[in-house]
Amino acid sequence: MSKTIAEINEKIKKGQAVVATAEEIIEIARKKGVSQTAKEVDVVTTGTFGPMCSSGAYLNIGHSAPRIKLGGGRVYLNDVPVYTGVAAVDIILGATAIPDDDPKNRVHPGEFIYGGGHVIEELVARKDIQLVATAYGTDCYPRKKLETWINIDKINEAVLFNIRNAYQNYGVAVNLSDHTIYTYMGVLKPKMGNANFCSAGQLSPLLNDPLYKTIGIGTRIFLGGGIGYVTWHGTQHNPSVPRSENGVPKRPAGALAVNGDLKQMKPEWLVGTSYLGYGSTLTVGLGIPIPITSEEILQYTLVTDSDIYAPVIDYSEAYPQRKSEVIAEVSYAELKNGKIKVKSKEIPTASLSSYPKAVEIAGILKEWIKKGEFLLTEPVAPLPGVDSGYTCKSLEERPIS
Amino acid sequence: MAVSRKLVLRFPDRLVDRPIVSRLVKDFDLDFNILKASVTPGEEGLLIMELSGEQRNYEKGIQYLTDTGVQIQSLSQDVVRNEKRCTHCGACITICPTGAFTLDPKNRMVKFDDTKCIVCELCVKACPPRAMDLHF
Repeated sequence: MSKTIAEINEKIKKGQAVVATAEEIIEIARKKGVSQTAKEVDVVTTGTFGPMCSSGAYLNIGHSAPRIKLGGGRVYLNDVPVYTGVAAVDIILGATAIPDDDPKNRVHPGEFIYGGGHVIEELVARKDIQLVATAYGTDCYPRKKLETWINIDKINEAVLFNIRNAYQNYGVAVNLSDHTIYTYMGVLKPKMGNANFCSAGQLSPLLNDPLYKTIGIGTRIFLGGGIGYVTWHGTQHNPSVPRSENGVPKRPAGALAVNGDLKQMKPEWLVGTSYLGYGSTLTVGLGIPIPITSEEILQYTLVTDSDIYAPVIDYSEAYPQRKSEVIAEVSYAELKNGKIKVKSKEIPTASLSSYPKAVEIAGILKEWIKKGEFLLTEPVAPLPGVDSGYTCKSLEERPIS
Repeated sequence: MAVSRKLVLRFPDRLVDRPIVSRLVKDFDLDFNILKASVTPGEEGLLIMELSGEQRNYEKGIQYLTDTGVQIQSLSQDVVRNEKRCTHCGACITICPTGAFTLDPKNRMVKFDDTKCIVCELCVKACPPRAMDLHF
């Protein structure tokens, strides 16, 4: 039994496709068996909603009269600095950028209440954004100052541009030291007082296609409440980590670079967030459909939280010092149960990724497909796979002089 | 009948240097547990405490505080969750010292029980989307 993506798309167009979320499919296959389910179900939808710091957006704001060359100048959106090292009126806004006058961690832990992620959220919410720019002036671009409101509906392109999203698995953060620490994995209480994790587990896109057999470059996805595309593998993509028999990585592994038109996205799926003592970022909603072209592909989507293991890592010493020590491996079933046992100590757990929102995303994507509004794509090129030899390198420092 | 309630007391500057709460014990046989206390730069006093005792005594004690000029507010109104902003991630759950946040096992939504809240404010800054608001 096998189906092609073209055949599945024909069913979608006729409104006849059978779609289930990655959570629902587990129960369906348990009742009907794998081979029957693979025949009946056409698409399994996944979802995740978590902080994704490698997110950003590029904007083309249009030319003013007289013209100004922002390239090489300085530009702020709501006081948040953006990157101007491209052309004249294109700017790149990063999720973790913060205003020059933010107190940062001068009084530790800093609050980081407003940054690039919040600007993206407000832009998508169609709020006016204050743009303040200075430039050096040229014969063809004479203007040196520009202060204006901009709005997403009035500028040319506004594109979400994320270089590493949808991490395939992630570490569980604990703190072995004797004082509270403030990390990108949240506030960690001393002596393993809590453990924070960040993955949708059985609903997470790349954990349902662990060997990247359907998700590749060109895959159409749910991104920020609208439609986006996988445009490359994510930076730090690391397929060669240890894996369970089911192919599921036991460490952070694959990642995706994604793009999409910001103008059709929604602020509830692109939320500016603040990590105490760490920085500000963007929490992104992302969902990927998996075409059930064979029993093998279905089998991968049947993964449950108890089949997925994550490493417990000390963020007071091992992580900052880049030591590869793993304290323990725990399953997402244990993590989601509210406590894990490490070194014979019971530790309460909390998630930074929202499971209810991941369920909602997989549900929305399912509805889009059932209504015939969202067609699946054939990847134009695969992501670097397990046997590619592709790895994530650490920086080898070399003295300059 | 015994009662126990968490209260926010505001002392105007003219009362800050007077012993008041101790009278609740001496004159009204009430018990108190201070959860938080501060004096602002404008010298207004703020005291968050749990007050318990017999209903009749409790009412008399509250009357005494009101007559003295202390403003009383019940505590549960003070930390409020902005439902539109909350993403139900769960970052607050292990931060709260009194277990006011719990996960609904059915749908993994985060529930906030404001009767358990002691207004320590730890969740306010630990919440990534900043959904917990303070309302004094």
